[in-house]
Amino acid sequence: MRKSRWIQLVIVLVIVVLGTAGYVTRKTTHADMTITAVGSTALQPLVEAAGEEYSGQHLGTFINVQGGGSGTGLSQIQEGAVDIGNSDVFAEEQKGIKANRLVDHRVAVVGITPIVNKKVGVKRLTTAQLIKIFTGRVTNWSQLGGRHQPIVLLNRAQGSGTRMTFERWALKGARSKPAQEQDSSGMVRQIVATTPGAISYVGFSYADQSVQAITLNGVSPTDENVKTNRWPIWSYEHMYTSRTPGPLTQRFIRYIQSAHIQRTLVKQLGYISVADMHVSRDVSGRVGEK
Amino acid sequence: MDKKLQEQLLKKSKAAKLERLGRGVSFSALLLITLTVFAIILFVASKGLSTFFSNHVNFWDFLSGKSWNPSVTNSHGQPEVGALPMILGSFIVTILSAIIATPFAIGTAIFMTEISPRRGAAILQPVTELLVGIPSVVYGFIGLTVVVPAVRTVFGGSGFGIFSGTFVLFVMILPTVTSMTVDALKTVPRYYREAALALGATRWQMIYKVVLRAATPGILTAIVFGMARAFGEALAVQMVIGNAALVPTSLFAPASTLTSVLTTGIGNTVMGSMQNNALWSLALVLLVMSLIFNLVIRLIGRKGAMPK
Amino acid sequence: MNPKLSNKIANGALYGIAGFIVLILAALLGYIIITGLPMLNWHFLTTPARAFTAGGGIGIQLFNSFYLLLLTLLISFPIALGAGIYLNEYAPNNWVTNVVRTAIEILSSLPSVVVGLFGFLIFVVQFDFGFSILSGAFALTFFNLPLLTRSIEESLAAISNTQREGGLALGLSKWETVTRIILPAALPSILTGVILSAGRIFGEAAALIFTAGQSAPALDFTDWNPFNISSPLNPMRPAETLAVHIWKINSEGIMPDAKAVSSGASAVLVISVLVFNILARFIGKRLYQKLTSAK
Repeated sequence: MRKSRWIQLVIVLVIVVLGTAGYVTRKTTHADMTITAVGSTALQPLVEAAGEEYSGQHLGTFINVQGGGSGTGLSQIQEGAVDIGNSDVFAEEQKGIKANRLVDHRVAVVGITPIVNKKVGVKRLTTAQLIKIFTGRVTNWSQLGGRHQPIVLLNRAQGSGTRMTFERWALKGARSKPAQEQDSSGMVRQIVATTPGAISYVGFSYADQSVQAITLNGVSPTDENVKTNRWPIWSYEHMYTSRTPGPLTQRFIRYIQSAHIQRTLVKQLGYISVADMHVSRDVSGRVGEK
Repeated sequence: MDKKLQEQLLKKSKAAKLERLGRGVSFSALLLITLTVFAIILFVASKGLSTFFSNHVNFWDFLSGKSWNPSVTNSHGQPEVGALPMILGSFIVTILSAIIATPFAIGTAIFMTEISPRRGAAILQPVTELLVGIPSVVYGFIGLTVVVPAVRTVFGGSGFGIFSGTFVLFVMILPTVTSMTVDALKTVPRYYREAALALGATRWQMIYKVVLRAATPGILTAIVFGMARAFGEALAVQMVIGNAALVPTSLFAPASTLTSVLTTGIGNTVMGSMQNNALWSLALVLLVMSLIFNLVIRLIGRKGAMPK
Repeated sequence: MNPKLSNKIANGALYGIAGFIVLILAALLGYIIITGLPMLNWHFLTTPARAFTAGGGIGIQLFNSFYLLLLTLLISFPIALGAGIYLNEYAPNNWVTNVVRTAIEILSSLPSVVVGLFGFLIFVVQFDFGFSILSGAFALTFFNLPLLTRSIEESLAAISNTQREGGLALGLSKWETVTRIILPAALPSILTGVILSAGRIFGEAAALIFTAGQSAPALDFTDWNPFNISSPLNPMRPAETLAVHIWKINSEGIMPDAKAVSSGASAVLVISVLVFNILARFIGKRLYQKLTSAK
């Protein structure tokens, strides 16, 4: 009994000594050297990769990047709980956000394309046909010159940036009829690739060999066509800050918008650089020369 | 002298002090859990009820409406928040998977405790424990690559639907229900079994008429926990059920559950907005429904249980 | 039908059911492990993940999973143990106890995303823990408590009353009886409960996305001072676990080898759970022998 008491005492002592030693010798990181960015899962890889590079170049800084969805990003930046809110949509488009209190930083452009299962036998569609498909007025691919195969609609979740962009620019504001929904691009691609007759839409970087991208009104979904706005289904990726962001937040956003990141990471991750766009588009959809 | 003796006798012994301390500590642990549970329930309720009080959505429209489109207002100027498709979807999937899983779980548990304890302990127990640790994403992906195509070829349609969801959930809740049923069967005292066998009962009669009856409350708890898991499961079901907010018309048509709509939508809405509150209302419905399940099962359990 | 025949039929049916279950489970495990096996090598297990190029590993995620499991069990086990003891040994059999039991069972049916959001609002935002292992551990504690409490209570209930009477007859107080006699005897089945809940902690993703976060900053494995931000032991750093990683690459992963990484990570997860189970059983058995002098 005595002996075990001693051992307990020694263990406690060792923990206390180690703890204090660790605390005293810790590397001090200042609070203003850490920022947190939360929001869009589509933008997360870019910000994360850029954050790692930035921390590598500026020792002692720490960029904490988390997902959670565009809605979470915008509501947390509005509450002031984080430094940067990442979003796929304009703050004005998101209900419950007071956009005039936030500052918009556009860091990239993402093009969105309709994709279909490879075996439907259709590669070209018109906007009118696309609207008919998504509103349920056409239900079989044979009506569009494809195989005799029922059409299986697949949507992104309600409120997702990709779906808002698609309904606005591809369906001209028409609402899709209730159908299957998934909340991530990877899942959408997987389901379209394996389900006969499936149609959905994803960002360009997700449209790979396993699915068939659609040529819309004779325009093919390429980066070049997005830059000139011939392919109208695209959206900005936004990083929102408060009106008075901290110094590190400002520096980090400038870093992401710098030519270095725009030319390397943005391209490698499948986005289109904002600097390469020949046109710009505001929240109401007006397209202007740049 | 007298005083000293009195003091000695009246002083609490070390064991009595320890007893009070232990009782206090364990009570505060329980209190902590209870408080957290009520905090969470209160939190969900306050968020979920604000759809009706601050956004003025009609409660019956919410329960009986068939179209779910929170950001769109209908002809009466009310947002379209009909939760009926999801409520039905959750209900059907949970009940069906529990109905299928229960006989298998009980059968396996009997096998593990009564028929072949050695093989049960050597193979079945570790395997069931292992399965609990597989993330639901993985279940979902296997469902998507194996179950959905299989259902598509056998029954036609797209393969997504309640049937596929039920099957995936059945496999997911099986380990939980089985291992808890095993625990329940183990709590049946040995002399019950010995008494039954001594009376000339066959092994099956002993199991069926004595062991299962005595373990009924425990087995029911196991089923409740399995149903709770099925109810709260989101990721895996969402991948195979199709996740379409439509009132289910057949087992093979796409449908949706409360959790899958909740999980897909919550990141895309802004805290405090009507769209967000509507999702919390779904969480509240989930809570209330699991409360009802719980009470029903308890009632059944009280009827079926043997008097102690 | 005569009893002997029905006995035979039931026997056969039970063998059939057990065989069928083993078949399903074995097929499932086999599928996961076989598809993941080609990925398993030392490089995969130790290198950090890559965001958009092939060849990333899961080193940090694997460590995070174990560390988070440890922290969660450190927080939740004592609480669940206390609550389980009180519920089974002390609590009077009245409506209050019933309400508490029902409440605990209801908690377990909450979808994990709700628990995650609650944890996010309370720990990450309100208490200002930020996205950290600690926030994740607290959220998982909520998630874990109902099942663990329930299984500890059941394990204690399974110990026959003669043991309690024996303890009391020897002049032990109730608390001493519980800690010295009942708990050691119930140890194997308590352990099963812990292992089951550990499995769920390992596989949980939705509750962690909003609390422990979904990014795994580079760690310095030579720095074991828990107060440094890049130290693996720092509980205040964001930490993506293996299950969250699998979820992330399946949903938004753009690396060319996403599918292979995902199946490799799933296999690692299953094997980790297996290793953890074996270890816990081994230690539990030794402990049981020591405490009860059973052979």
